Amino acid sequence: MEYFVQQLINGLTLGSIYGLIAIGYTMVYGIIGMINFAHGDIFMVGAFGALITFLVLVGLFYSVPVVVALLVMMIVAMLLTSLYNWTIEKVAYRPLRGSFRLAPLITAIGMSIALSNFVQVTQGPRNKPIPPMISKVYDVFGISISAKQIVIVVVTTALLVIFWYLVNKTSLGRAQRACEQDRKMAALLGIDVDKTISITFIMGASLAAVAGTLYLMYYGVVVFSDGFVPGVKAFTAAVLGGIGSIPGAVLGGLLIGFIESMWSAYFSIDYKDVAAFSILAIVLIFLPSGLMGRPEVEKV
Amino acid sequence: MDEAAHSMNDPILKVEHLSMKFGGLVAIGDLSFEARRGEITALIGPNGAGKTTVFNCITGFYKPSEGMITLTRKGGEQLLLERMPDFRITAKAKVARTFQNIRLFSGMTVLENLLVAQHNKLMLASGFTVLGLLGLGTYKAASAESIELAKFWLEKANLVDRADDPAGDLSYGAQRRLEIARAMCTEPELLCLDEPAAGLNPRESAALNLMLNDIKENSGASILLIEHDMSVVMQISDHVVVLEYGRKISDGDPISVKADPRVIAAYLGVDDEEVEEVLVEVGDEQVIEQLDAEPDRAHGPSDSSSMMAGSVSDTISHSDDYGERITVSRSASKADQVDRRAAKAASTPPVTAEPVKVAKAPGKAKTVKPAASAKPATNVSRPTAAEKTRPATKAAPAYGLTGTVTSGKPAPAAKSGKAAAAKPSVAQAAPAKPKASAKPAAAKSVAGKPAAAKPAAPKAAAAKPKADAKKPAAAKKAPALSNTLKAPRGGKADRLILIKGIGPVNEKKLNQHGIYHFDQIAAWKKADIEAAEAYLAFDGRIEREDWMRQAKELAKQGATKPAAAKRGGRK
Amino acid sequence: MAVNTTGSEKAANATSNVFNNAIREGLYAGLIAFGLFVLLVGLKTDQNIRNELVIVQRWGLLAIMVAIAAVGRFAYIAYLVPEIERRRRAKAAAPVAVSDEESFLKRNLNTIGLVFLFLFPVIVVMTSGLQGSLKWIDNFGIQILIYVMLAWGLNIVVGLAGLLDLGYVAFYAVGAYCYALLGTEFGWSFWILLPAAGAMAAMWGIILGFPVLRLRGDYLAIVTLAFGEIIRLVLINWREVTNGVSGISGIPKVSFFGLFTFNVSDPNYIAKVFDIPTSGVYYKIFLYYLILLLCLLTAFVTMRLRRMPVGRAWEALREDEIACRSLGINTTNTKLTAFAIGAMFGGFAGSFFAARQGFVSPESFIFLESAVILAIVVLGGMGSLTGIAIAAAVMIGGTEILREMQFLKLVFGPSFTPELYRMLLFGLAMVVVMVWKPRGFVGSREPTAFLYKRKAVSSAFTKEGHG
Repeated sequence: MEYFVQQLINGLTLGSIYGLIAIGYTMVYGIIGMINFAHGDIFMVGAFGALITFLVLVGLFYSVPVVVALLVMMIVAMLLTSLYNWTIEKVAYRPLRGSFRLAPLITAIGMSIALSNFVQVTQGPRNKPIPPMISKVYDVFGISISAKQIVIVVVTTALLVIFWYLVNKTSLGRAQRACEQDRKMAALLGIDVDKTISITFIMGASLAAVAGTLYLMYYGVVVFSDGFVPGVKAFTAAVLGGIGSIPGAVLGGLLIGFIESMWSAYFSIDYKDVAAFSILAIVLIFLPSGLMGRPEVEKV
Repeated sequence: MDEAAHSMNDPILKVEHLSMKFGGLVAIGDLSFEARRGEITALIGPNGAGKTTVFNCITGFYKPSEGMITLTRKGGEQLLLERMPDFRITAKAKVARTFQNIRLFSGMTVLENLLVAQHNKLMLASGFTVLGLLGLGTYKAASAESIELAKFWLEKANLVDRADDPAGDLSYGAQRRLEIARAMCTEPELLCLDEPAAGLNPRESAALNLMLNDIKENSGASILLIEHDMSVVMQISDHVVVLEYGRKISDGDPISVKADPRVIAAYLGVDDEEVEEVLVEVGDEQVIEQLDAEPDRAHGPSDSSSMMAGSVSDTISHSDDYGERITVSRSASKADQVDRRAAKAASTPPVTAEPVKVAKAPGKAKTVKPAASAKPATNVSRPTAAEKTRPATKAAPAYGLTGTVTSGKPAPAAKSGKAAAAKPSVAQAAPAKPKASAKPAAAKSVAGKPAAAKPAAPKAAAAKPKADAKKPAAAKKAPALSNTLKAPRGGKADRLILIKGIGPVNEKKLNQHGIYHFDQIAAWKKADIEAAEAYLAFDGRIEREDWMRQAKELAKQGATKPAAAKRGGRK
Repeated sequence: MAVNTTGSEKAANATSNVFNNAIREGLYAGLIAFGLFVLLVGLKTDQNIRNELVIVQRWGLLAIMVAIAAVGRFAYIAYLVPEIERRRRAKAAAPVAVSDEESFLKRNLNTIGLVFLFLFPVIVVMTSGLQGSLKWIDNFGIQILIYVMLAWGLNIVVGLAGLLDLGYVAFYAVGAYCYALLGTEFGWSFWILLPAAGAMAAMWGIILGFPVLRLRGDYLAIVTLAFGEIIRLVLINWREVTNGVSGISGIPKVSFFGLFTFNVSDPNYIAKVFDIPTSGVYYKIFLYYLILLLCLLTAFVTMRLRRMPVGRAWEALREDEIACRSLGINTTNTKLTAFAIGAMFGGFAGSFFAARQGFVSPESFIFLESAVILAIVVLGGMGSLTGIAIAAAVMIGGTEILREMQFLKLVFGPSFTPELYRMLLFGLAMVVVMVWKPRGFVGSREPTAFLYKRKAVSSAFTKEGHG
């Protein structure tokens, strides 16, 4: 039982990170209907931004309070990824908007390849380990919960609340939802569609940057190719939850996190990804538009 | 003629108790109808009536919640379509369809579109690709043959010059024709067309009519079509089924359906006040009163209101009261309102209705005064109790007319104008409706006194100067009927609706004019016909349909036969 | 005179406007580049002797990159854009004297290309000698042709049937492992295993295709991606059979139908049979022609199928699935045949790949390969065999040629390795080509039948499918 709860907590931690990345996929998909394949690599860039900020901070001040360090890392990473995602949208996606559907998918894949290789070229192909930032572990009824996990869950929850508020209660969120429904009509009603889309990309990137920072803090290591696997998992999570649905993305992220930690705990760690992907396939076969997605009505 | 028609008119498609529910929404409720072989059957109804859903059930795109759809092939083989997957319905049951939003393969050429339609035949000829790939078998010959068939239909659709252009490059009308040609290339026995004339200009529409008639005559395919364009429906269809809110409200030949008050009400998508006008014209206060009690705010006028507008003033004739109908939500269906009106009218004595009527009037219209003031006069001067017992006597405008006829005075001509005007007013309902004056006028006339109507007349005249200007002339031209009766002999009128061309509405009107019996009609002379036609706003129909002869025969039989018997003889 | 002055003033004004604009844009670009690169280029994380991460500062490099971005943007706005605009205007103004006759090169592109492909090894051997030609035939000829074949196979699924498949590499892997396992275990000949690998891959195509038939668009894409990953992960983890990440080595070479072989130790080694000097290049040349023939087979079958009902049904499916169903086409079977036939060619290519490498490992079947193949299909112009071949040559050949650019070492210093930039440039090239030509190199579609005249269908009308 304790083991199970332990795994549940591990899954929650992992799922939080996936959920944060998945929101970026799902928002972009919702608003312009494309899979932003480069999003996983944006996450990786975020982790690298946090890494470099951490090293600079440590280099400059020698000792920094963890909370301050984390906060600065997150903010720098957010700025960096926002700028990247904004630029990518402008350069690679905007010219193809309204063009044929596979074109932006290909540029997205191209951007993904370019980004990871760019980081490889500029930062080197090796793993980048950092010393553990937080090492405290609490013991609650025989279950060990590390402070890192608490930080991840708390930060994720806080962000989701802010994010929920932004999307549901502000005029910006309203504009986003309007663009999601009908871009042309939104434009006719005076919504700056280009700006709204840019902001969506920036919001997605910021969440990915936070995810990247938390990932770096949790695992203590990052490498240029780290964008792919979490990216694909998060994408899987977004699709599992029903792509386009923000609560679905969070739910999907948590589910993927649970599946992975449970599978590695009770079955085989080698096949945890196989399990995640298989469950995705099975869910989609029975629920072709994910868990919380709007069913695609086939209008005859 | 009927026998000849029957021989080939076995049903090709039989829809029985079809229901389709989407979640809680009942898109189609217990619908049954038939499409006969060699005929063009039209499925009409206001927007959202479930026509396309019926199509999707027939062609297998939806699986109906309940019901049976039987298709009979030429050989007599019967297939249950609701059990077949969509592509098998085309392949095996030979049902082809087109779509409301044209679905062509826009990136393929016109010719290729037609070749894709011959997929199954060619697949067989190519030995399921394997033999064809190796260059064996009969694929080459079959391929040439399929191009010939495509060419044949391209010529029919007048698209042969565009054969090598991409389908997406064609004009809208051409795309519609191509879609039909493509459906025909599957060599169907039943062709289902979903609004084939939508978006076509009159010339294209006429060309489409020719094409459809040609298909009917020459290809052996029966046609089931959904259409909003009444010119298409009336010109080419042999049989019309009308849907409203997923229920069938009428079924019959185009002329009878066109005149069915329920269809009119449903189709006009009238507002409450407009329904009222229709009802006033049709003649019933209970329903008006009921409508006021239960206003129907949820259903505004449908956007297809213009479609049958012409027909309302044009003709009111037979309607089929014996078709099955199922009540949807109360007050939702305009057709239902008409039905309820009829039902109420039969059960409630009109006397009780009158006070209610007065009580209600103040709430209804601002111009209460004239109605109220008219009331006493009404009571005093209203002697025709005998008439009152008949639901027919409730037709307010007709009352005015009765006055004219019986008294022979020219003065109430204005009123008769009003009465006649009520009919066109339905057509003009949208513009005329806001005018409060139309309503009190109606209310007063419902009260039914010539005297009462008088004060209203100037107002009505003001509201509808056009109608007024026209009507007195008509009134002058049309003298009174010669052989009117104050009351039916023996208190029992003949069922005039047995005469083809007379519906319940007109029966009531004739009754109001003092015509109750077949022999009365049989004895009509030219002047009488003219008069009747003027009252009924018919032109030449009485003669055309030869009411006198029909009436003579019926008078001879002297019996009120069940209407169903007559129905069978129709068409 | 006066008019002329104002005219030139206006022009001068416009020019200065353009310049002002260009300077501003250049500054913005520099600023953005600074923001993008300051952390990742300006500061490099490196491990010191104690294996700790330290920051290495590279402000010079950052300055260069920012400068390149700023100047590049300035030049683009100030010179390139007006130039393009001017040309476009000149073109529009020029009398329309476009002859219907296409140039000789354009009309005979396919024939010329084919002749070139058949003569390629001869030309290379003649120009760079036996040993020198090896690299060109192997890295360029065979490598590009493998991608051509894979892309042509995927083209059936994506380009014709409009089903977005992001896991195509799975079938490539199935084909490769099929040959590798059966070839090493039982020593079966390539000529038996080639069709077997194709059949195996086709079977997997149906197995994977069946459950995902109901899915459309991006859901289909992610599930195919997931299947691709599942197959790769199984190859990694099922160590008893696949030997895990270490892969399978010692895969037998292909023999020339048993007449002679390419193993030096064999009695019927080609050099012994023909009495020519021993060289590894014979095998490469043989493989080159083998893959060329396999490619031609793919092209032939694809072209043939397009003229058959099933091929038309694929394209119709891409255009409108619902209309297909209304015409009595069994869309399930149609989709499955597309999956199966596409997978079959992937399987052929896989077994060839295994034979060529003599070694397979899961490393070769990562998602990136699927992405590259899909990119080639889309960049080439979906459905167009010629366009896809061109795209494969440009993208694969273009990045391969970086390896040959050793002269760059002279410019950037001896530690510069151009190969490192291969995938970076590949990714950027994907973006640039796609933005430049969203419909790919060859956007138009050849009709499969015609009544009077064969007219290409413009890409404006073709759809890309939804499932």
